[in-house]
Amino acid sequence: MNAYNVIFFVALPYAALLMFLVGTIYRYKATKFKFSSLSSQFLETRKLYWGSVPFHWGILFLFFGHLTAFLLPSSILAWNQQPVRLMILEVSAFAGGVVTLFGLIGLFYRRLVDARLRKVTSIIDIVLEALLITEIFLGLWIAFGFRWGSSWFATVLSPYLKSIFTFSPNIDAVVMLPFVIQLHIILAFIIFLIIPFTRLVHVLVYPLSYLWRPYQKVIWYWDRKKVRDPQTSWTMHKPQNN
Amino acid sequence: MDVRSQIAMVFHLDKCIGCHTCSIACKNIWTDRKGAEYMWWNNVETKPGTGYPTKWEDQDIYKGGWRKNGGEKISLRGSGKYKGLLNIFHNPYLPVLDDYYEPWTYKYLDLIESPAGGDQPTARPVSLVTGKPIDIKSGPNWDDDLSGTPEYARQDPNLKNLTKAEREAMFQLEKMAMFYLPRICNHCLNPACVASCPSGAIYKRGEDGVVLINQKVCRAWRMCVTACPYKKSYYNWNTGKSEKCILCYPRLEAGHAPACMHSCVGRIRYLGVLLYDADKIEAAASVPEEQLIDGQLDLLLNPFDEDVIRNAKENGIADSTLKAAQTSPVYKFVKEWGLALPLHAEYRTLPMLFYVPPMLPVMASLSTTDDSEQAVKLDPIAKFWDKHHRYDTTSKTIMQTVEQARFPVKYMANLFGTGSEEKLIEVLKKQLAVRVHRRHVTVGDIDADLTNATLNEVKLTPEIADDIYRLTSLAKFDDRFNIPPAHRELAIEMMDFAGDTKGSTGFGFKETPQRGL
Ligand code: HEM
Ligand code: SF4
Ligand code: SF4
Repeated sequence: MNAYNVIFFVALPYAALLMFLVGTIYRYKATKFKFSSLSSQFLETRKLYWGSVPFHWGILFLFFGHLTAFLLPSSILAWNQQPVRLMILEVSAFAGGVVTLFGLIGLFYRRLVDARLRKVTSIIDIVLEALLITEIFLGLWIAFGFRWGSSWFATVLSPYLKSIFTFSPNIDAVVMLPFVIQLHIILAFIIFLIIPFTRLVHVLVYPLSYLWRPYQKVIWYWDRKKVRDPQTSWTMHKPQNN
Repeated sequence: MDVRSQIAMVFHLDKCIGCHTCSIACKNIWTDRKGAEYMWWNNVETKPGTGYPTKWEDQDIYKGGWRKNGGEKISLRGSGKYKGLLNIFHNPYLPVLDDYYEPWTYKYLDLIESPAGGDQPTARPVSLVTGKPIDIKSGPNWDDDLSGTPEYARQDPNLKNLTKAEREAMFQLEKMAMFYLPRICNHCLNPACVASCPSGAIYKRGEDGVVLINQKVCRAWRMCVTACPYKKSYYNWNTGKSEKCILCYPRLEAGHAPACMHSCVGRIRYLGVLLYDADKIEAAASVPEEQLIDGQLDLLLNPFDEDVIRNAKENGIADSTLKAAQTSPVYKFVKEWGLALPLHAEYRTLPMLFYVPPMLPVMASLSTTDDSEQAVKLDPIAKFWDKHHRYDTTSKTIMQTVEQARFPVKYMANLFGTGSEEKLIEVLKKQLAVRVHRRHVTVGDIDADLTNATLNEVKLTPEIADDIYRLTSLAKFDDRFNIPPAHRELAIEMMDFAGDTKGSTGFGFKETPQRGL
């Protein structure tokens, strides 16, 4: 266990976790106005379609795939017992990666070539998209070159990640992994680390509650049933407007 | 009965002179900022015309508003819970910058700072988005006063169910007409923008019905831009937040009229309280298309009714607001006199801005063969264009002139009558009857019998006709704007320790509204 391994596989994940939690919560509390997907569709819509749609569906698919493998490794292993099912999983995951990469490169290209978009592109946007492109490219390389990822992820990486989350880090297995895979892991932590400084915070405010809230929304400054009642009008709670 | 109060508006289109003062007043106060340059929360369109953004009324393109599909229920046309969340990565119906126009300025400094040379220096237009020189292709009011033009007037979506002959007739040179349509957010009772917002950032204020976007909760999912059929929610490309008309609520709360209304040169704008029954909103928005206008008017409650007053008080509506509801000019125009209609009620958002439809394009000429009687009496140059078209409202067939309009009433009905001409004819006839009555009073060349018959036909009395005339033509500032106190002192004390807000304006940001990372 040399110092680099400790830095990258123990210190970095905890730093990422801490930064992610503290950073996003602080940013949400202090600068709520800055929480936005910062859509640029208004300035350019056609290329966005070919970038954003494949990228987002792809990345969500990949994200939930990784999440399942991490949380329920046994389910993946059970699924993979039959070669056909293994192939289905591997091929669809690889295809998902290709679609995501295609979309992301499209998004990146779009930001670089369009004069209007350059006005709404920050350095961190470029850094983020470059990181994501590298990460997905590495992921595809791994899927192609180190088969079968879905199986060894469950046996090698899931226990490692679990050891991180249970605060008893065990890096014996990860330090043995090929460099490409290590880089993929390190980059993932870095992406997590910079979430609070990027537009990725939009993922955290996904508007799921829209599904069960009533369509219309009316807000009163005060409780209207009580405001004309001198007994109660001065004792009510502070309304939730902002 | 769930009584609520709404600040509602009436725009009297016959009085609009198309000066755009309203738009400028609004722009100077609210949208003179980076990212908002292209926004005109108040804009004035020439009708027939394509409007702003181009062809906004064509919901096959923009998919705004509510739609009734088959069953009893209504749903959002282009957004909503499932469509909205599925299209969140790319909204296929979003109007983009070029559907409005690319805002620009001129390089004025070049005029002053250019070195001496053989040529006159020019100030080139530069885009306010990219800062680069642009060729201006369109702008706000690009189709101003361009009735009859193929690119604009003839592309008006409201012409869709007019026959070719009817359209041709509209644009014949001697018949050609137009009118102005000033538009702001309607602060609807069934706002599509509110319903479409996945974050729940848009809300209607309970006290006065103003519809607002909470800038801290908006996440640029940009569904409201699609959902508003009037295209009155705009996306700020710089801050990554949507914005819309706020009905100058900081002014309203201080008892001032909104800037567009205050500055209105034609004095076409009226503002006042309406009481409505919130329990019936959904039902009123879901009735078949022909009943929509009546359904919407049925929602509005009589502020003199004891039951209504009692319910209103239970719902915390202040006495001052009730008083304002009883003296509201909007209530008079909309309910008492039945002179004002909502714009495009078929979008089912129950807009709270009503329009008195203009008579001028409708009435300005009529063809007749027998005009000899008039010809003797009247100055031929002032009254006649030729023997077939004349401007005249004194004939025996006063009421028929509405149907023989210079504009087909059908066209106006597409705007203000959900396509049915009946409502429109009724309103126009009432307006005409008021004119006949006033002509009888002031000029005296129409006899009393004909005047009374005309008034009777539209069920007006001379007293009401005088009231209409007075509020239309003579109304002073305080008659046009009847603003109830906002009781902001209560609101602020409910929210915070009042000392915190001392010396502040009472609204706005504590955080600098800066674009996110
Ligand atoms: C949870 C569901 C998500 C939703 C609803 C969502 C929504 C959006 C929206 C509305 C935009 C703006 C697109 C536009 O310009 O109009 C956007 C942009 C973006 N999203 Fe997401 N997103 C989600 C998940 C993700 C994830 C998981 C990632 C990456 C890890 C991601 C990365 C990005 C990036 C990089 C952009 C900028 C694209 C560009 O304009 O170049 N998003 N997202
Ligand atoms: S006009 Fe449009 S933006 Fe205004 S309240 Fe109605 S739906 Fe919302
Ligand atoms: S200021 Fe009044 S008269 Fe002038 S365009 Fe606006 S609404 Fe019409």
